[in-house]
Amino acid sequence: MSTFDETTGQVAPIAAVHQRGRGYDGHWALVWQKFLRHRLGVAGGIVVILAYIVALIPEFLAPVTLEAYNPSYSYAPPQAIQWGRDDGEGWRFLPHVTAYKTEIDYNSGRRLFVPDPETVIPIGFFVQGEPYRLLGLIPTDRHLFGAVEAGQPFFLAGADRLGRDILSRTIYGTRISMTIGLIGVALSLVFGILIGGISGLFGGVVDNLIQRFIEFIQSVPAIPLWIGLAAAIPQSVPPLQVYFLITIILSVLGWTSLARVVRGRFLAMRSEDFVKAARLDGCGPVRIIFRHMLPSFLSHIIATVSLAIPGMILAETALSYLGIGLRTPIVSWGVLLQEAQNVRTIASAPWLLLPGGAVVIAVLALNFLGDGLRDAADPYSD
Amino acid sequence: MGSFMLRRIIYVIPALIAVSLISFLVIAIPPGDFVTRTAELRAAQGDIMPIAEQDAMRRAYGLDLPIMVQYWNWITGVLTRGDFGYSFSFNLPVKDVIWPRLGLTVVLSVASLLFIWVVAIPIGIYSAVRRYSAGDYLATFLGFLGLAIPNFLLALAVMYVAFAWFGMNVGGLFSPEYLEAPWSWDRVLDLLNHLWLPMIVLGTAGTASVIRVIRANLMDELHKPYVTAARAKGKGEFGLLMKYPVRHALNPFVSGQNDIFVEIVSGGTIVAIVMGLQTTGPLLLDALRTQDMYMAASFILMLSVLVVIGTLLSDLLLAWLDPRIRYQQG
Repeated sequence: MSTFDETTGQVAPIAAVHQRGRGYDGHWALVWQKFLRHRLGVAGGIVVILAYIVALIPEFLAPVTLEAYNPSYSYAPPQAIQWGRDDGEGWRFLPHVTAYKTEIDYNSGRRLFVPDPETVIPIGFFVQGEPYRLLGLIPTDRHLFGAVEAGQPFFLAGADRLGRDILSRTIYGTRISMTIGLIGVALSLVFGILIGGISGLFGGVVDNLIQRFIEFIQSVPAIPLWIGLAAAIPQSVPPLQVYFLITIILSVLGWTSLARVVRGRFLAMRSEDFVKAARLDGCGPVRIIFRHMLPSFLSHIIATVSLAIPGMILAETALSYLGIGLRTPIVSWGVLLQEAQNVRTIASAPWLLLPGGAVVIAVLALNFLGDGLRDAADPYSD
Repeated sequence: MGSFMLRRIIYVIPALIAVSLISFLVIAIPPGDFVTRTAELRAAQGDIMPIAEQDAMRRAYGLDLPIMVQYWNWITGVLTRGDFGYSFSFNLPVKDVIWPRLGLTVVLSVASLLFIWVVAIPIGIYSAVRRYSAGDYLATFLGFLGLAIPNFLLALAVMYVAFAWFGMNVGGLFSPEYLEAPWSWDRVLDLLNHLWLPMIVLGTAGTASVIRVIRANLMDELHKPYVTAARAKGKGEFGLLMKYPVRHALNPFVSGQNDIFVEIVSGGTIVAIVMGLQTTGPLLLDALRTQDMYMAASFILMLSVLVVIGTLLSDLLLAWLDPRIRYQQG
């Protein structure tokens, strides 16, 4: 394999290309080295890994459980953490938040929460709280942080209509929101590789038909169709099944871009020398695809997949926000945003938009990661 | 050009047939119909609807026929008489409801598209020419943010800012006094007064992607020999930029307009629901919830037709702009 240099018009010998690595690095080592040079991509990757860690152990990271509620703290505003306290004998270190006093605003007739500096709620790391099973296995009651005395009001990001902690619920929502993208994309990938592979492998009429079909699907406005399909799920279907139905609905229209990438790679690679060599060596088509072709375009598939996940997350959030996607007790960021239905509610409790911030960060990080991976997927070009 | 146009227009026909089938089947195949939904609603109010009455209602609406017969009746009505069927929940022919809404949808979509062009093309050119300048980084950052914020969240945030900081209630496309008024200059001005906000909300994602496309393509063109040649002949820098590399860089931009228009029409549905616009979105959602079959199918059909026509126009534009395409395919 040799590369053509456009500026000098020279064909660079193989050795020169490989000097970019250490000369003896394999494909994946080169991909990894190129990815590390894309700093935004690396940063995005770290955020994505953190998000999936949160998705794995929300019970430990969240101060309270999903079900914890207290109607007397309805729409309580976020508390500020204070690091110490002056108790007459001088300042001493005591991380805490303060409790609320309620006041009635006689102009609007609304109940207002004001911080009550007299009542101190000490907070700390690894506090005892509601018992749960870590990873579904290890029984424990420790939470990463929270009020030292369980049950006291601790709302770092405010509370919703029923007095539930927004921060804890957003942490729990990570699990569903981050996995629905993964499962949706995995389904799309199956469709995409199958159909794109058939299209690229057979070529001719089959390829033409499949390409027209893909163009057609891409030209249908997705959101009205998604709304149509999602609204067709009866109310009586249990929430877990709704979750799977929604992933199927998302991937019904989502597989096309993956199919195009796979087909393009198949077409480009069909005439490569190493594929020809494998065929001359007497390899069957299955062995050629999985042993010789797939490894060399796997990096492209990974990049396309990571760019497809954010679209799924955005679609799920939008559907759930409209009330036709996921339903409680399953909690995703979109389900949480349902609380922010109208402007007046948001104006009086802007912290309800916190799950939206989580969506933006997740999508941004996945986009950066995908960009970095896409650049790294082809480590031989510059 | 003529034969290319003809081919391209003929290709629209199977696309339209498929679109009409999909929009109808999405609504008709899932279990339950308007009658069962009505019966559920009545039952919730403690009023049980007898099976006989349900069947009579089904017969009256033609819901007892096989699905393909229903589809045939509906689509022939649409094609021959412009009759989109009957809206059960409005008790009106669908066509009376759909046209004004569709008109506003077109206005909003086209306005958003123009907004994207006006904003994104200059910024994209600037970003490419002043690569790695502060302005380029700012544009790239805002571009990424624009892609990452879901439309409906942006709509919520904009409405919140307008309400909390400026005391404005920015939902809808008209002030209350013009809502039902007949068309007049004042009503058009009122519409323009309300249109810019949803237009910006809907345009952000598209703007972000157009900036990226133009920046990437223009950067490839800027260092080609023909640019150096023109510069060596003494052509002014700005005229040179506009005359050669920008025109080259616009081709991929034009071919990307399909996807952007699909995104606008598609995303417009949700923005309209959140901001309470008098376009197709909110009614489509209501129709789907109440299983108002013909209404929902007609909305999805017409939105798809809008997209198919938009795609056709942009393909023709591209063929006119770039001769290689019409020679290759025509």
